Amino acid sequence: MTDMQYSLPDAQGHFGPYGGVFVAETLMPALAELRAAYEASRSDPAFTTEFEHELKHYVGRPTPIYHARRLSEKLGGAQILLKREDLNHTGAHKVNNCIGQALLARRMGKPRIIAETGAGQHGVATATVAARYGFECVVYMGSEDIKRQAANVYRMKLLGATVVPVESGSKTLKDALNEAMRDWVTNVSNTFYIIGTVAGPHPYPAMVRDFQTVIGKECLVQMPEAFGRQPDAVIACVGGGSNAMGIFHPYIPQEGVRLIGVEAAGEGIATGRHAAPLTANAKAGVLHGNRSYLMQDENGQIIETHSISAGLDYPGVGPEHAWLKDSGRAEYAAITDSEALEAFHALCRLEGIIPALESSHAAAYAMKIAPALGKDKLLLVNLSGRGDKDIHTVGEHSGIRF
Amino acid sequence: MSRIQSVFQNLQAAGRKALIPFITAGDPDGELTLPLMRALVAGGADIIELGVPFSDPMADGPTIQRASERALAGGMSLGKVLDIVRAFRAMDDATPVVLMGYANPIEAMGNNTFAAAARDAGVDGALVVDYPPEECADFSVALRAAGLDQIFLLAPTSSEQRFRDVAKAGSGYIYYVSLKGVTGAANIDYGELGRRIPRVRAAVGMPVGVGFGIRDDASAKKIGALADAVVIGSRIIEEIEASPRDRAAAKVEAFVRGIRAALDEAAGATP
Repeated sequence: MTDMQYSLPDAQGHFGPYGGVFVAETLMPALAELRAAYEASRSDPAFTTEFEHELKHYVGRPTPIYHARRLSEKLGGAQILLKREDLNHTGAHKVNNCIGQALLARRMGKPRIIAETGAGQHGVATATVAARYGFECVVYMGSEDIKRQAANVYRMKLLGATVVPVESGSKTLKDALNEAMRDWVTNVSNTFYIIGTVAGPHPYPAMVRDFQTVIGKECLVQMPEAFGRQPDAVIACVGGGSNAMGIFHPYIPQEGVRLIGVEAAGEGIATGRHAAPLTANAKAGVLHGNRSYLMQDENGQIIETHSISAGLDYPGVGPEHAWLKDSGRAEYAAITDSEALEAFHALCRLEGIIPALESSHAAAYAMKIAPALGKDKLLLVNLSGRGDKDIHTVGEHSGIRF
Repeated sequence: MSRIQSVFQNLQAAGRKALIPFITAGDPDGELTLPLMRALVAGGADIIELGVPFSDPMADGPTIQRASERALAGGMSLGKVLDIVRAFRAMDDATPVVLMGYANPIEAMGNNTFAAAARDAGVDGALVVDYPPEECADFSVALRAAGLDQIFLLAPTSSEQRFRDVAKAGSGYIYYVSLKGVTGAANIDYGELGRRIPRVRAAVGMPVGVGFGIRDDASAKKIGALADAVVIGSRIIEEIEASPRDRAAAKVEAFVRGIRAALDEAAGATP
């Protein structure tokens, strides 16, 4: 892609053949209303000012870029830089988007907020902003994920949210999304659905991306200040892909910067037990309101995915990532459960940072390519969240019982 | 004239309302679907909506979700659904069959392949829940080329402009969703429906069926008084769930016959 006049999606929410508005008729007017409110808010300086104020004073932005010197030295190649989204209030990048959508919900006069969550980070962030702005809050979470993320479930309850276990399908993130959609279609007049990733029907992929681009915009300023130039590559994990879109998007026009999305290879792409539709070149399909790469069987049924990280355990991927892959502007790779665990431990012991298992995938990929690169190369890794929530999962893998 | 159009024309001439039951193909197993379809017709169905199971039925409530899960567990697929319709059509050349489901299984087969295979199997129309008119231009062309009707939904949230826009894209009939919610919910606001349905009918220029939340004689009668067709799904699936396998067809037939009688009684017509 040499033409950097990048203005996707189009008015109907399409990124080339991907994206769109694939929902039942009842939700079509609600999405039109949301599009109109979002467009109006974007051009309203009062909205932008409040959003930025909240990010600074409530979330604690800007987040620093930290040079992981000991890790880089150990690898003996490129320098690894970490964009510290783990230092945000609630411990991940998810809150950036939640603040944006909550302000929009308030503007639209919706008193009730719903959300889906996988690892629980988006659920916690949503419950947090609901408490902050005084909304009723219901979070849908697969019962499998509830087992994996008990601490986050309790956190949401402490914040006043109702957590509804979802027992249908594979009982994970995709099923939580189905259930949240069912709630929304039922309570559409008084309810705002805060989708946590760059998926769902238009305008969500673009809107969530826009709220998350604060990550990449900060990096554009911080990199020259601290390191004298922009990075050689930006690396981020991709489940739905919101932290990746947030850091990639401002870098799309910077042609010299490689953009690398890292999916979950689970037990290995060849085993079929993974959550890497882009890396595995899955066929495009329609799920959750948009068209994108989608893990499905030959009959078009969605197949169960696998990842040690609940936040990456999703069969689809944001439509803009599908477009970025096809256009060649971004590249995608996958990291297995065990590689992610290695990176998790390396960051703990060498840098004193406990990363989320999701973010460990991005770190693992940087660790994989760094040794072959020169010491003057800069790899900017989006450390999208902290790993306190994952200590039980990691402990289990190390044979530790709590 | 399509099979669907002639059904509505004949009913209208007789002063009767269409009864459109829904079952999920492959629920509880693939072998029983054909007998269940025959039972629906024997009980008085005018059109059959046959659900194509999907792993992620976002617009459906728990009852149809369970039906879809049972069907998929038994290996049902879009290709096998078409085989069932072909077998049904060999025995019944009159009753229209409308496939109802989600976009992805159709896209996996391919729009043109699906349209041609559906026509050859004897399908009369398709309703794809997550294909609003804006997103299915190619599919609509494929269906039209195959001579199939495309049925679209309208909802309590739809504007009058939307009534007209959707009607332009659709044919056969319009499926008006009685309530904000998923299939099988039970909070129909009849007062609101009474105000809306006449406007929908005036705007769309084709028959209007109403579904979601219709469970018994009383609700069927009330809907029959307003609309051209009554769609019943979840309640029939509950009947199948509650019956021993060898009694399911008979139970379903009896249930549908009861609704049929209630509709005809309300319309003051003799079948």
